[in-house]
Amino acid sequence: MSAARVGVVTFPGTLDDQDAARAVRLVGAQAVPLWHADHDLKGVDAVFLPGGFSYGDYLRCGAISRFAPLMDELVPAAKAGLPVLGTCNGFQILCEAHLLPGALTRNASLHYICRDQKLRIEQTATPWTNAFAPGQEIVLPIKHGEGRYVADADTLAELEANGQVVVRYLGNPNGSLNDIAGIRNAAGNVVGLMPHPEHAVEELVGAPSTDGLGFFTSILKNLVDA
Amino acid sequence: MSTDNVKRAVETPDEPMPFAELGMKQDEYDRVKEILGRRPTGSELAIYSVMWSEHCSYKSSKVHLRQFATKAPKSDALLVGMGENAGVVDIGDGWAATFKIESHNHPSYVEPHQGAATGVGGIVRDIMSMGARPIAVMDSLRFGGADAVDTRRVLPGVVEGISHYGNCLGLPNIGGEVVFDPCYIGNPLVNALCVGLLRKDQIKLATAPGPGNKVVLFGASTGPDGIGGASVLASATFEDESQAKRPAVQVGDPFMEKLLIECCLELYAADVVVGIQDLGAAGVSCATTELAAKGTGGMHVDLNLVPLRDPSLRPEEILMSESQERMMAVVRPDDIPAFMAICEKWDVPATVIGEVTDTGRLVMTWDGEVIVDIPPGTAADEGPVYERPYHEPAGQSALNADTPDRLERPADLRATLLQLLGSPNLASKEWVTSQYDRYVRSNTVLAQPADAGMLRISEAIAGAEPTTRGIALATDGNGRYAKLDPYAGAQLALAEAYRNVAVTGAKPLAVTNCLNFGSPEDPEVMWQFAEAVRGLADACRTLGVPVTGGNVSFYNQTGATAIHPTPVVGVLGVIEDVAKRVPSGFVAEGLRVVLLGDTREEFGGSEWAHVAHHHLGGLPPHASLEAERALATVLVEAARRGLVDGSHDLSDGGLAVALAESCLARGVGATVTLSGDPFVDLFSESAARALVVVRPEAYEEFASLCGRHDVPCYGLGHTGGSSLVVEDVFEVSIEELRETHEAALPALFG
Repeated sequence: MSAARVGVVTFPGTLDDQDAARAVRLVGAQAVPLWHADHDLKGVDAVFLPGGFSYGDYLRCGAISRFAPLMDELVPAAKAGLPVLGTCNGFQILCEAHLLPGALTRNASLHYICRDQKLRIEQTATPWTNAFAPGQEIVLPIKHGEGRYVADADTLAELEANGQVVVRYLGNPNGSLNDIAGIRNAAGNVVGLMPHPEHAVEELVGAPSTDGLGFFTSILKNLVDA
Repeated sequence: MSTDNVKRAVETPDEPMPFAELGMKQDEYDRVKEILGRRPTGSELAIYSVMWSEHCSYKSSKVHLRQFATKAPKSDALLVGMGENAGVVDIGDGWAATFKIESHNHPSYVEPHQGAATGVGGIVRDIMSMGARPIAVMDSLRFGGADAVDTRRVLPGVVEGISHYGNCLGLPNIGGEVVFDPCYIGNPLVNALCVGLLRKDQIKLATAPGPGNKVVLFGASTGPDGIGGASVLASATFEDESQAKRPAVQVGDPFMEKLLIECCLELYAADVVVGIQDLGAAGVSCATTELAAKGTGGMHVDLNLVPLRDPSLRPEEILMSESQERMMAVVRPDDIPAFMAICEKWDVPATVIGEVTDTGRLVMTWDGEVIVDIPPGTAADEGPVYERPYHEPAGQSALNADTPDRLERPADLRATLLQLLGSPNLASKEWVTSQYDRYVRSNTVLAQPADAGMLRISEAIAGAEPTTRGIALATDGNGRYAKLDPYAGAQLALAEAYRNVAVTGAKPLAVTNCLNFGSPEDPEVMWQFAEAVRGLADACRTLGVPVTGGNVSFYNQTGATAIHPTPVVGVLGVIEDVAKRVPSGFVAEGLRVVLLGDTREEFGGSEWAHVAHHHLGGLPPHASLEAERALATVLVEAARRGLVDGSHDLSDGGLAVALAESCLARGVGATVTLSGDPFVDLFSESAARALVVVRPEAYEEFASLCGRHDVPCYGLGHTGGSSLVVEDVFEVSIEELRETHEAALPALFG
């Protein structure tokens, strides 16, 4: 059996791509570098959109990246069911590309925040969270200046009603509506997260937790089972 | 307007030139005329004025800084020493680390956000230009009183600038310091450190050899930013006209710098770079003269080819512009297509602006006319050197005689601990550090508030074997100690950074420094500087750690009042197996709490005297360098053998604060017993001390290790419980410690 292949996208200004690739390899999957300027998903089984400041976050976080050539391939593939996880800037890009509803705005404190954050897994029926128990409490780092999730009342109600809220903050750090830290699309294959699972996968480095591993073992399990 | 050129300069030898306005003295100007055998053109004057400024030429400090070389201890680790963009040390297994600290003090006062941001950007480019991948940053910051109105303007701006630039670059910020003292009002210190990693056979140098090789300017385009920034801002004292100088501060674009990092690393990997230099202070002037001076000796540059953001810029302005995110490379003609292709991949503009010659002259043209024709070494290396007069300050003896002995000592030591722990200098700096990304790149083993930052070595570079090694870094400096005795103060700064590296289990290896002082034209300030350099050089020799580079920042004064002399010292260490790092504080219950080192009654310049009495007088603690060395040997060996589970250095606030911080690290309490005068035991700031926690079964072996190295070792008690108990003195819950520790900065800065 060939290893599951997870694409890791690099835009100009992407920062956490090496970290994400390392986490993918750590669970035994193959990390496939995807370049923003290529019209090529290289036949990967899933895609990880890492954090950073793509295009310097100029104009608006994620607003320029959504027009990258790679996105022309990624958007239809995601709509057709390809598992996609966007963290931090990746989440912002998924919202800008309308693969996920809502938007990420400036933190309520108006400061960038880097801290180890308590979270609760709300939804395990996604390819990225199926290794967790529903309601499981975990710790992952957050590090962002624009992570305050907002959406209109109808969208929020719909997200809640459909079980699309994947992860919630315990102790809201940024003013996100409904304490939302991560959501999925209606089909469940596309997930956006402000916290960083790729920084919590090894005892030695990063956050004092390895709770991030669950996201990577989830996708591996999902791909192997499929 | 026609441009002054060499032909015209020859024809009009007596035309007055604005050298004084550019910060140049008459005798310096006369020397330029002597070198050239004619008056300089406007462009040549621009080059000499910035290259001979204090900031670029070290003209007042050079004669003292030589001690770092003449007194340098023998070290097999030193691969590149002072004089290059940054020093490089061998860290084993084929790896090398390059690191340096540099000031951006004056710009950060004028425009805190951009001043601090471009300080980070500048030091990162220094590290890149050595051929390394930058892997982390740290910042050593000094502000005026925490409650001063201007501190509320400067501090949030500086922190935001560092946060924005560093986070956007994707470099973890793993440590540093934040210190408040009224002496820094109007003169905040922003010292930025960067560390980079490279294979030791892949060091790049700032040199332009090989006639016919092309000179490529790449990165951002050149605009009117910071024209005269280095010379105007770094060489003149602020009075009240900072508004008028606002445009002199550069504006940073961290996104471009991130692209430059990735672009440079790909250029290095493709081996298409012969020599490289970053553009910092003095921009194109500095890069061209330094590259040419260290290479074949000549260079021809067509300034019309420099890509401009503002097409109205004059050649003199292009030469002086400090636009950020620019680099200059020397490239073999055959490699130009490959070089350009890599730049294009990363969307980094690159332009050939000239080539290397063997004429021994740096020649620049503008609109076909020769506007610069100079021997580059005269600008780069042969600037003026001053033996500035110095003498001990008039009030120094009185200051030293005013010892803390006369200060009333507290009856309630519990209240004193809480008072110190909640004071701005000792309070939690989380308000600041939570704005920095400490996790990016996933190599951060330790970060603030740990004693030192630590990174594992894990870079995907072709041909590199995996290694278990890691590096540790700490910066320290205590302006109050240095004010009382600059010789000892500089030694104590080194000792503390050295100790902070050792408590994590890493062996201290090399030093960088940022020397922040007032005006060198004031003989009393110059005495402080001379003493500090002498002290640091002597201490480096005793501790066996060479200085690899650094930076001098003078003119940190308002009117006649200088800041406390503030030598900031950075120490880099290596740990052979990073998995054996020692975390900070009390990591578990049931461990023995052990104090290493002797405590004397030393309160001069102490945090207690400062907070409780606003007193500064007497002498700083004795710098016990032999004891420091022995202590470090024990700490490194104990870590290697797995004998200690947690540690913390003793410094500001003494044992009491170290105990409290150790409890706060993981929320584990402790019960300890003191043997001497509780006040002295708890709050004295004697150097060469550390706190460790040891498993009971490992204690005997650990104690015998201490004995072998003559390191005094005192069992104080055990970890456990939810409070800090000092038997027969006080008990305070961790909850109360935490509230006190964490409330101070948010209360001040929102």
